[in-house]
Amino acid sequence: MATVAKSKPIKLDDVEPEMLKSNSLWSDAWRQFRKHKLAMIAVFVLFFIVAGVIIGPFFWTVDPEHIEITESYSGMTTIHPFGTDSLGRDTLARVMFGGRVSLAIGISAMLIAMFLGTLVGLLAGYYRSLDNILMRITDMFLSLPILPLLLVITLLFRDSLRKIFGPEMGIFILTVTIIGALGWMPTARLVRGEVLAVKGQEFVLAARSIGSPDYRILFGHILRNVFSPVIVAATFSIASAIITEAALSFLGLGFPPDFPTWGRLLFDGKDFLTITPALVIWPGLFISLTVLCVNFIGDGLRDALDPKMRK
Amino acid sequence: MQYFSFRKMSLLLVIVLVVGAFGVIGTASAQDDERTLNILYWQAPSTLNVFLSGGTKEIHAASLVLEPLARYDQDGNLVPYLATEIPTLENGGISEDLTTITWNLRDDIVWSDGTPFTADDVVFSWEFCTNPELGCSQVQNFNDVENVEAVDDHTVLITFGGPKPFPYGPFVGAQSPIFQRAQFQDCVGADAQSCTEENFNPIGTGPYVVEEFRPNDVITYVVNENYRDFPEKPFFTRVNFKGGGDAESAARAVLETGEFDYAWNLQVEFPILQAMEANGIGTIISGFGTSVERLIVNQTNPNPDLGDLRSVFEADGSNAHPFLTDPAVYRALSMAIDRNVMAEQLYGPTGRATCNVLPAPAIYASTNNDSCLVQDIEGANALLDEAGIVDTDGDGIREKDGVPLRILYQTSTNALRQNEQALIKQWWSEIGVDTELRNIDASVFFGGDPASPDTYQKFYADIEMYTNNFDGTDPESYMSNWACNNIPGPDTGWLGNNIQRSCDPEYDALVEQMARTADLEDRAALAIQMNDMIVQNGWMIPLIHRGAVSARRNDLEGVLMNVWDSELWNIADWTRAS
Amino acid sequence: MSKFIIRRLLTAIPTLLVISFVVFAILELSPADPVGNLPLTIPPEVRAQIREKMGADDPFMVKYVKWVNQFMINEPLNILEETTGISIGNSEERLRYISWQTRSPIIDLVIQRLPQTLWVVGTSYLLAILIAVPIGVISAYKQYSIFDQVGTFLAMIGFSVPTFFTGLLFIIIFSVNLKWFPSVYDTTHKVSISDIDSVIFQLRQMFMPTAVLALFFTAQMSRFTRSSMLENLNQDYVRTARSKGLSEKYVVLKHVLRNSLIPVVTLIALGIPGIFQGAIITEQIFRVNGLGQLLIIAIQGGDLPTVQTLTFIFAVLIVFGNIAADIAYAILDPRVVYN
Repeated sequence: MATVAKSKPIKLDDVEPEMLKSNSLWSDAWRQFRKHKLAMIAVFVLFFIVAGVIIGPFFWTVDPEHIEITESYSGMTTIHPFGTDSLGRDTLARVMFGGRVSLAIGISAMLIAMFLGTLVGLLAGYYRSLDNILMRITDMFLSLPILPLLLVITLLFRDSLRKIFGPEMGIFILTVTIIGALGWMPTARLVRGEVLAVKGQEFVLAARSIGSPDYRILFGHILRNVFSPVIVAATFSIASAIITEAALSFLGLGFPPDFPTWGRLLFDGKDFLTITPALVIWPGLFISLTVLCVNFIGDGLRDALDPKMRK
Repeated sequence: MQYFSFRKMSLLLVIVLVVGAFGVIGTASAQDDERTLNILYWQAPSTLNVFLSGGTKEIHAASLVLEPLARYDQDGNLVPYLATEIPTLENGGISEDLTTITWNLRDDIVWSDGTPFTADDVVFSWEFCTNPELGCSQVQNFNDVENVEAVDDHTVLITFGGPKPFPYGPFVGAQSPIFQRAQFQDCVGADAQSCTEENFNPIGTGPYVVEEFRPNDVITYVVNENYRDFPEKPFFTRVNFKGGGDAESAARAVLETGEFDYAWNLQVEFPILQAMEANGIGTIISGFGTSVERLIVNQTNPNPDLGDLRSVFEADGSNAHPFLTDPAVYRALSMAIDRNVMAEQLYGPTGRATCNVLPAPAIYASTNNDSCLVQDIEGANALLDEAGIVDTDGDGIREKDGVPLRILYQTSTNALRQNEQALIKQWWSEIGVDTELRNIDASVFFGGDPASPDTYQKFYADIEMYTNNFDGTDPESYMSNWACNNIPGPDTGWLGNNIQRSCDPEYDALVEQMARTADLEDRAALAIQMNDMIVQNGWMIPLIHRGAVSARRNDLEGVLMNVWDSELWNIADWTRAS
Repeated sequence: MSKFIIRRLLTAIPTLLVISFVVFAILELSPADPVGNLPLTIPPEVRAQIREKMGADDPFMVKYVKWVNQFMINEPLNILEETTGISIGNSEERLRYISWQTRSPIIDLVIQRLPQTLWVVGTSYLLAILIAVPIGVISAYKQYSIFDQVGTFLAMIGFSVPTFFTGLLFIIIFSVNLKWFPSVYDTTHKVSISDIDSVIFQLRQMFMPTAVLALFFTAQMSRFTRSSMLENLNQDYVRTARSKGLSEKYVVLKHVLRNSLIPVVTLIALGIPGIFQGAIITEQIFRVNGLGQLLIIAIQGGDLPTVQTLTFIFAVLIVFGNIAADIAYAILDPRVVYN
C-alpha cells in the first residue's frame, strides 16, 4: 500500500525482510495476527460465544421468559444446566437470549464510541485551530450529569423511536446511541494526547514534506501510531456498555424488565449470591470472557497492524 | 528482569500482611457499646422538620425527639402521650355536635431545654403548619380545622368547620407532632426554609435530643435528661441512626453481620431475608397496616394516537378504554392471577393475598370478594369466550370489537415489582392477553412532573401497579380519593388521586354519606360497600396486602412493630438483653 | 508555555458558564421531581404547594439567575468573609444557595462530605496509580510472560465485573464470614494521630471500599500503561540508548516510562474529578455517604439545586484537570508543543 511505502524510507529500522515481500498490509497483518496464539484462541472463544447465543436458542428451545414456580432456585440439573432464578426461569435460555442483545450492544456501542473518540482526538490533536473548541466540547460532555440526561433523553426520544422502529429495535437504537455518544470522551482525550506527541515525529514531518494530503497523514500514518490506547479503550468500552445497558433499564430507559440481558441478569442475580450463586456466575463469566477475548484480539490486532510492535 | 518481579512480590506480601493484621486487630475491638442503639435506615433522613419533608424516614427519625398529643399503638389504638387521656364523646372531650374536640395536656412535661410544655405550643404547631407560605407537607392533618385555641395552659380546644366524625387528625400520630414556639417563632412561613439549625435540631419532648445531624447520612442522638421518665427510661443512652445504601444490604447488616440493631423497610424478596435470618443473629419482624399492592385499571383510553386526549376522562364516556371497562375483561384479568403463589413466592410471611383495596383495620375489611383468592384460568377463558371476546385472527391474542387485548403494564423500578410483572404477564398470556411490561424510575413515576409522560398520574398505560395506604386507622379520606371530582386531567395539572379515572354517582353518594356518619359500625359498613364497588367494578385489582418488614438483632428487646405510627414509637422502652 | 496556560485559563471561564447553562437546562427538562419520593398519603394539592414553596415552579431563567447569584456570588463572598473576617456589604441579608431536600446550604453539605470521599476514593486512586504503573511496566517489559498473562487476566476480571458485585462479594467474604472489616462506614468517626486505635479503626473501615475501587482503577490504568510502554519499547531511541551502554533499568525507567506516560497522565487527569465526585455505587454499598452518595440522592430526589451545584463543581475539576494534563504533556514529552 502506498502509505506503507511512503513511510518506510523514513523509518528504516522497521523495514524487515518479510515486510518488503508483502504487497498488502492486510494479508501481512493477518500473517502476523495468526502468530499471536492467544489472539487466535480468543477469536475461537469469541466465535463460540457469538455462535452460542445466536444458534443456541434453536437447540435449547426453552422460552427464556417462561415461569415455572415449582422449579425456582433450581441448581444445575440436566433439565436446567445453568439452574433457574427465583421464578423458575431457565438461566441457560436467559443467558443465551440475553447474550444476543448484550453482545450487540457492547460491540455497537464500542464502535460508535471509538469512532467518535478517535475522530475527535485525531482532529483536535492534529489541527491546532480545532483543538480548543473540540476539547471544550469534550469537557462539556464529561461534565454532563448522566442520570438526569438519560431521563431527559427518554422523555424526548423514546416514544418517537418506538413508533418508527418498533419497541425492541427502537430501544436498541436508543441504548446503543446513548452509550456510544456518552462514552467517547476518554478515548478522544487519549488519542489527542498521543497525536500531540506523534505529530512532531520525523515520519509525519517527512510525509508532510513530500506533500501527502492531510487525511492521508492523519488516517494513514498517525492513526496507526495511536492505535494502542484505542484498542485498550475499546476493550473497556465493551465491558462498560454491557453493564451500562443494565443501568439504563433500571431507569426505565432500556429494554422491558422481563427482557434478560447479561448486565441485568448479573444485577438481578447479585442479591441471590448466597442462595443460588449460579445466577450471577454465568452472566458474570460470559461478560468477563467476552472482554478478555476482545482484549487479546485487540492485542493481536495491534501487534499485527503496528510495525513498531514486532519483535 | 528479575528485579521488577521481586519488588512486586514483596509489595504484594506486605499488602497481604497489612490486611491480615488489620483484620485480626479488628476482630478484637468491637465498636458497639451495650448502651448504644444502632439503627439503619437505607433511605437517609434529610431533615427533622416533618412539616418540611413528608417522607416516612424523616417522620420516623423525628419521632425520637418530637411527640404528638397521642399516638397509635401496635394494634392501632390511640394512646395518650402529651395528653392526659383520649377525648371521646363519652368523656365529653368531643362535643355532641361533633364540631369541637378538647385535649387536656399533661402538666408534668418539659421541653428538652427545660422550659415547660404548654397549650400555646400546640396552637403554634397548628399556625406553623397551616401558614400558606410554608408549604407544609402535613397540612392535610388539619383539614377542616377552623381554629385551635389555648383555653388555659393545659387545655387545647380544636374547632372544626362542620361535624367531624373522626376528629383525630390534628396532633395525633408521628406525622403531626408538636413544635416548640420559642424555638420556631422566627421560622414561620417562608423563613422556615433557611432555619437550618432549627430544622436539624428541633427541641422536643421525646426521649432523645439530637447531638449531631448530618443530612442524608447519619444522626446521633443522646438521651434527653428532661424526659418525663428519665432516668428509668430510655435504656439506651445514645442512638446512632445511619442512613444510605439499599434494603438488601441493610438486612445483611442486622441479620448477617450484626453490626446494627434495627433495620427498617426491608422490601426484598423473602427467600433472601429468610436465608439471612437463618444465621440466628437477628429476627425479621413485620406488621400489617393498610398497604395494598394493586393494579390500577385505566378506565380511559391511553392510545398514543389520541395525542392530548390520552388517558383523559370525558364525562360522556366518549374516551372510555376500548376493552378494560368490559366486565368480562377485568374479571378475567383478576381471575387469571394466582395471588397466593405471588405472596408465597415473593413475600413469604410479609405479604398476604388480598381481594380488597381496604384490608384493615379488621372492621373495615370486606369478605365479599374472597373468591378471587383462587386462580381460575379456565373460568377466565370461559368468561371471555362467552362475552364473544375471542381470537379472530389466529395470533393467540383475543380481540374485542377488533381491538386486540394488548396491555401496556407499567410500575416503578423495584426487583420485587418486576417479578410480579413477569408472573402476571405469564398468567395473562394463558387467557389470550398480550402484555408489554415497562418499569420507570420511582422518582419519575411518582414524581408528578406534568411534563413527563411516565408519571403514575398521567397513566399513559393500560394497567399500572403500586402500593397505596393511608395514615392512621380511619379510611374516610382514603376512600374519598376515588370520587369523580378527584380525577386527574390536563385541566387540573394532573392532580387528583382517582388515578383509574372512575366516576360513579353512587360511589360519590357513599363518600358523602360517610362524611356525615359518626357511628363506627355504620362507617365500617359504608367503607366495605365502597371497597366492594371498587373491586367489583374492576377499577382496581388488589393483589397483596403488604406488611411492613423490619429486622432487629436478637438481643434487642421491647420492639413492638407498629404500622399505624412511627416504627420507633416506643423506643424509650427498648432494651438490650444482657 | 505560560501564554498557553493563560489562554487556557481564560477560555475556562466561558466554557464553564456554557456548561453550567447546559447542565441547568438538562436538569430543568429532567422529569425527576422533588416530591416524587413522598408517601402517597400526601395529597396532590399539598404536593403542588410544596413544589411551589421550594421554588420548583419558578421559570427556568429565574432559577438559573438565582443559582448564578447565590452560588457564584454570595457563596464565594461568604467564604471570603469567613476566612478573612472582613464583612463585605450586608452579609446578614445575603441568601445562601440551599438544597430542596434538606433546606440547608449546599456548600455546607459539600464540606461535610468531602472528608470521607477523599479518604476512600482519594486513597484508592493513589493506591491504584502506585500499583498500576509498576504492573503495567513489568507486563510490557516481559510481554507474554506468566506475570503479564496473569496481570491481563486479573485486569480484565477487575474491569468487567462491576463494583456492585465485587463490593457485595467483599462484604460476604470479609464482613459476614471472616468478620474482619465493618460493612458500614462510620462517617462520624474522628481520626487522631495520637490515638492508634482510631487510626486502625479508620483503616479497617476504609479497607473494603478502597480495595474495591482500587481494583477497578488499577485494572484500567495498568492496561494503558502496558500498551503505551509496549509502543515505546521498540522505538529507535530506546535502541540508541541501549547501544550507548546505559543500564537497562535506566533506559526503561527514564526513557521508555517517561515517554509512555502520556495516556497515563490523560487517564489520571480524567480521573481527578472522580476523586471528588466519589464513586456512586461503591459509596452506596458501603454507606460511605460522600459526595457520590449526595449526588445520587439529590438526583433521585429531584433536588435540582444540589445536582446543579455538584455537577458544576465537578465540571470545574474536569476543566482544570484537563488543563493540568495538557501542561503535564509538555513537561513529560518534549515532542509535545503548543504555541
